[in-house]
Amino acid sequence: MTETLSKFQKIPDREPPSSTVGMLAWVRINLFGTTTNTITTLLFLYVIYLFLPPFLDWAIFNANISGSDRSVCDENKSGACWTFVKVRFEQLLFGLYFATNPDQIWRPITALFTFGIILTPLLFEKTPFKKWLLLILLTAYPVFFIFIVYGGAFGIPVSDTGQWGGFLLTFALAFVGIVLALPLGILLALGRRSQMPVIRALSVTYIEFWRGTPLITILFMASVMLPLFFPSGVDFDKVVRAMIGITLFQSAYTAEAVRGGLQAIDKGQTEASMALGLGYWKRTIFIILPQALKISIPAIVNTFIALFKDTSLVSIIGLLDLLKMSQSASRSLEWNGYDIEGYLFAGFVFWACCYGMSSYSQKLERKLDTEGRTE
Amino acid sequence: MVQIFVLSIVVFGIFSIYETTVFNLQERGIKTSSNFFDEVAPFKVGFSPFLNFELGKTTYIEVFYIGILNTLLVALLGIFAATMLGFVIGILRLSPNWIASKISLIYIEIFRNVPLLLQIMFWNFAVFLAFLPPPKKSIEMGLFYLNSRGLHSPLPFIEDSNNFKIWILILALAALAGFIFSKWSKKKFELTGAALPVKTINILSFLAIAVFSYFFLRGPLGFDLPVLGKFNFKGGGQIPLPLFSLWFALTIYTSAFIAENVRAGIASVSKGQLEASRSLGLKRSQMINMIIIPQAMRVIIPPTISQFLNLTKNSSLAVAVGYEEIVAVWAGISLNQTGQALIIIAMTIIVYECMSLFTSFILNVYNRRIQITER
Repeated sequence: MTETLSKFQKIPDREPPSSTVGMLAWVRINLFGTTTNTITTLLFLYVIYLFLPPFLDWAIFNANISGSDRSVCDENKSGACWTFVKVRFEQLLFGLYFATNPDQIWRPITALFTFGIILTPLLFEKTPFKKWLLLILLTAYPVFFIFIVYGGAFGIPVSDTGQWGGFLLTFALAFVGIVLALPLGILLALGRRSQMPVIRALSVTYIEFWRGTPLITILFMASVMLPLFFPSGVDFDKVVRAMIGITLFQSAYTAEAVRGGLQAIDKGQTEASMALGLGYWKRTIFIILPQALKISIPAIVNTFIALFKDTSLVSIIGLLDLLKMSQSASRSLEWNGYDIEGYLFAGFVFWACCYGMSSYSQKLERKLDTEGRTE
Repeated sequence: MVQIFVLSIVVFGIFSIYETTVFNLQERGIKTSSNFFDEVAPFKVGFSPFLNFELGKTTYIEVFYIGILNTLLVALLGIFAATMLGFVIGILRLSPNWIASKISLIYIEIFRNVPLLLQIMFWNFAVFLAFLPPPKKSIEMGLFYLNSRGLHSPLPFIEDSNNFKIWILILALAALAGFIFSKWSKKKFELTGAALPVKTINILSFLAIAVFSYFFLRGPLGFDLPVLGKFNFKGGGQIPLPLFSLWFALTIYTSAFIAENVRAGIASVSKGQLEASRSLGLKRSQMINMIIIPQAMRVIIPPTISQFLNLTKNSSLAVAVGYEEIVAVWAGISLNQTGQALIIIAMTIIVYECMSLFTSFILNVYNRRIQITER
């Protein structure tokens, strides 16, 4: 009697009913839960059936990649012509100069590779000396980039900016835009929150002016009017003009992103540093900005994504960026008629870069969000 | 002191740029003046549905107005379609159906991470121009016809202007009656708790009155149907292919952003609200109409209005496909013809600044309104 009382015997858990676990249950709940659900599922499956198999057939199973001219593609019209992308790959990525001088192609490759090497450790949270790496990326790297891609020193032949093109140009425009716009944007954001009415009014006017105008108008202005703004003799080439336009435009957006960060900093921080006797610049540089910039990184990355996509507009003022390069390559006599492949390739490169950046900024945003909550 | 210093630098900078610009222009034999406004424009504007264009008669300033109107036209068309599509996709994103949710996720991630210009060119050059049939073999969609020239649609026109005025008056009175009725029933609801299906009654009775009086007045409004002529369609409204591609691309691109806004807005309604409304015994439709939508809309509307402004600014990419909106026809062709860069670019920027100011005005009004209703 005592034995049965003292001995506790665990009855094994009953298995959950088979209708709530496993693949089948998941399908039943998520795809065929209710009548509407079932109808929606069938409808979407039908749409997928209509579009996906023909697309895959065209893009992968029937696609042409062999050979080095269009004869392969012309024989098999039912598939995509990736031969075109393969043959013109260097041109699409690095522009005409490096495509015609294959012995120089190590230069853009080294430049982009170095960028990757510096950037990758920055993406991880626990990397030491992150600040210094970032500083190198924003100051030393651009010098290195000009030195190696533009050339002109140490026996490296000059590659004229007029011959720059493809992804390299897109990258250069976007990178210059963000590097130069960042300090300008920080100053503008501080100006917008300044106590001095004149400074504030000037900053607000500047920011709203650039934000209200479409980039294409600014690029037109940069390419048509910039030479007029300066005394004759001062002249920039097309790429530099576009870079100036992009920088002015981007600085307004960066300013707004940084302002968001500044607004999120508690007023107590300012008050405490004032009580410690710090002046405006010390307070801003050592107390406020480090905190504000950290919060505004996702917003800055988002404006950078927008800028990266917008660099494609330079094709309208006649620069051969990735988009224009794919378009003109697919309209050349040799490859006329394969423009879908060209657009898809350019689109895929843009998409991969932007999607990567946006997932990174979303991850960061979520992290900052939870950090805020635990405090 | 600092302020005066900065201000004087800025004023001096702007002034000297202005001086050199005017000087440079004069050196090139261009005298900056607005005299060219009344000169006859020597080029053809193909699409001007609101102002009659006549080659050899239309002046530059009228071309400017045509440009503004065309910009507004594509902006309104785009805003309407993108809002519809964006809401559908945003809601599908939150659907319990796995396939629907994943497909809309893919849609959003693809279309917002590819540059708009690339999308416009892709649809226009690689898809529509290459695959749409000639007018003789148009794709029929009810009373709409789609072919390589564009989209042809029925166009309403006023058959009897007196009767039309009466009809509009009747409609206005009906709307007013509906408004009074809803006020009255709301008061009654607050007094007695008896709820009427106000919306259904209003819509049905308005439609009944509209249709009945339409036939009673013997059709004050006629429809001009597109008819296939020898080479092209005659009559009806025509959306030329550049406008159609631009509209299509703008709609798809912006709808991805709006969908994301909608998703975030609905997700921002806290779970407690839904649980509370369920425990109050509200029906599902009541919960959606009275709990979710009012709270979600507060989060959805401000960023969506900014998207509308973005769409309007993005419509300037029409240059790429040759739709005649303000940047193409004014900052492009007119500038090349007259060389009056200063005035033309300034006017273009002012137009966009006005739109931007108008948008932020609306946003401010809206924000103030929802702030009051908040606790």
